[in-house]
Amino acid sequence: MRPMTSETVRGAQGTLEIVDVVDSWTKPVPDLDPVSTTYFRAAHDGTLLIQHCPACGTRQHYPRLVCRHCAATPEWEAASGLGTVYTFTVVRQAGMPGFQDGPYVIALIDLDEGPRMMGNITDSPVDDVRIGARVQAYQLRIADGIGLPQWRLAAVSAPNA
Amino acid sequence: MTRPDRTPVIAGIGLSDGPKAPHLDALGHQAQAMQRALADSGLSKDDIDGFGCAEAWIPGVPGVDLPETAEYLGLDPRWIEGTYTGGSAYEFQVQHAEAAIRTGMADTVLLTYGSDLLTRMGRSLGTGYGRKPVGGAAYEEPYGKTTVAAYAMAAQRHMYQYGTTAEQLASVAVAVREYAAHNPQAIYRKPLTVEDVLNSRMIADPLHLYDCCAITDGGGALIVTTEERARDLRQPYVSILGTAARQNHWNISQAPDVTTTAGVRSGQEAFARAGLTPDDVDMAMLYDSFTITVVLLLESLGFCKPGEGGPFAEAGNLRPGGRLPINTDGGGLSACHPGLRGIFLLIEAVRQLRGQAGEVQVPDCEVALAAGSGGWFSTIGVTILGKGR
Ligand SMILES: [Zn+2]
Repeated sequence: MRPMTSETVRGAQGTLEIVDVVDSWTKPVPDLDPVSTTYFRAAHDGTLLIQHCPACGTRQHYPRLVCRHCAATPEWEAASGLGTVYTFTVVRQAGMPGFQDGPYVIALIDLDEGPRMMGNITDSPVDDVRIGARVQAYQLRIADGIGLPQWRLAAVSAPNA
Repeated sequence: MTRPDRTPVIAGIGLSDGPKAPHLDALGHQAQAMQRALADSGLSKDDIDGFGCAEAWIPGVPGVDLPETAEYLGLDPRWIEGTYTGGSAYEFQVQHAEAAIRTGMADTVLLTYGSDLLTRMGRSLGTGYGRKPVGGAAYEEPYGKTTVAAYAMAAQRHMYQYGTTAEQLASVAVAVREYAAHNPQAIYRKPLTVEDVLNSRMIADPLHLYDCCAITDGGGALIVTTEERARDLRQPYVSILGTAARQNHWNISQAPDVTTTAGVRSGQEAFARAGLTPDDVDMAMLYDSFTITVVLLLESLGFCKPGEGGPFAEAGNLRPGGRLPINTDGGGLSACHPGLRGIFLLIEAVRQLRGQAGEVQVPDCEVALAAGSGGWFSTIGVTILGKGR
């Protein structure tokens, strides 16, 4: 895969809100591999990257070196950061370090561009989330060079905005 | 000259001590289960020339791999098998053992599983299973994806799409508990009601504590050999009528549709190979990691239409005397779930087809189906077994 530069990524970059939690993050930090480094770096800088296959048109998440449909080499594309809740749950019991501060929402989000991805829906009461709800991405800076895409109900504005 | 009959059949089964057995580790469970399967079949260890096992890859549980287990058991296999697909591993391994025996790569295959999960980890596994955030897991683990949460998301979507209710899901746990009452090795044997399930604490919406499987210790062993060899052994043999195995995805966020499973394809293929339909099945062993898993498998395998699994369970069809008795050992929900449950599905199906299931015996049981589900209903192995002739 070609290295990511502004010319090799389709779509507008750096448009998403960034929230820096580097100093307080106790949850898992992704182990980086040659492809995910680009994805998590872009998230750190306010971009949600997906991949687009120039051969067959498939868009995919998570990013990898091959198109899951036709095995060609995919290219990077910046997603709009808008999506719809495909399904979700409220996790009320979790034993992993970093997840014991009360119930949280984990969801599968269908991006407007097509691919589906996992995320938390934050900043609203957990019982307000519904399947079909519109959601807006933001980016959490969790470590040096690593951002994590996160979501809010589209109607809920950022707490500090 | 007639060729010897190499049709693969199941000739021996064995279970190790459970549901809690601090005197056994993972290897000990497999050793004890092997001893019991050999005694059950009348075969000796020297007859075993093929071996398969799998281990649950769980953080914090030391690995016991295939060659180490073969060495510990003192085996000298010429065919070895280590397919790992999560909970369905043994349905996949039986498919491979069947082919090995047909083609002469092995004459008598031993499959074993063992785990001391309860003794080692306690009950919290399903809510504390943090995978290393590498590969596909790097895009899930940072969000706090628990095993229960993955199934809960499937249940939530199934409810949204089909109107499935919490009561319908609970009725699966209630039916399975009725069988567990008769199994002295079951971890939960007290009667359970739909109210009990709904009043148990919510783990991840909509799954309550009793929608989730138990965590136990346990081990099992299964011996597959040729029909020719099995004819003069100790037990009535059980025929392998059809096997199939499919994978849709691995990580839950990669599932194309969380309301269905790879069992749609592996089910159709297994039934086609057996020349049977779901109507021919007298009892089914459906992987019950969660109540929703059973609903998805009922629909995937064609026991009912998509969306009808909940009402099918609620109508009592899964209960003793119902149209489709399931999980007559008490299932993973109430009896035995030591990490990977796949081998226990096969063992209980064999007991039913031999007519040795005691108080939970399904009358005139001729055809039994075992469906293992691995990962997050990602890998579905289907084994259709029949009473030997
Ligand atoms: Zn492609």
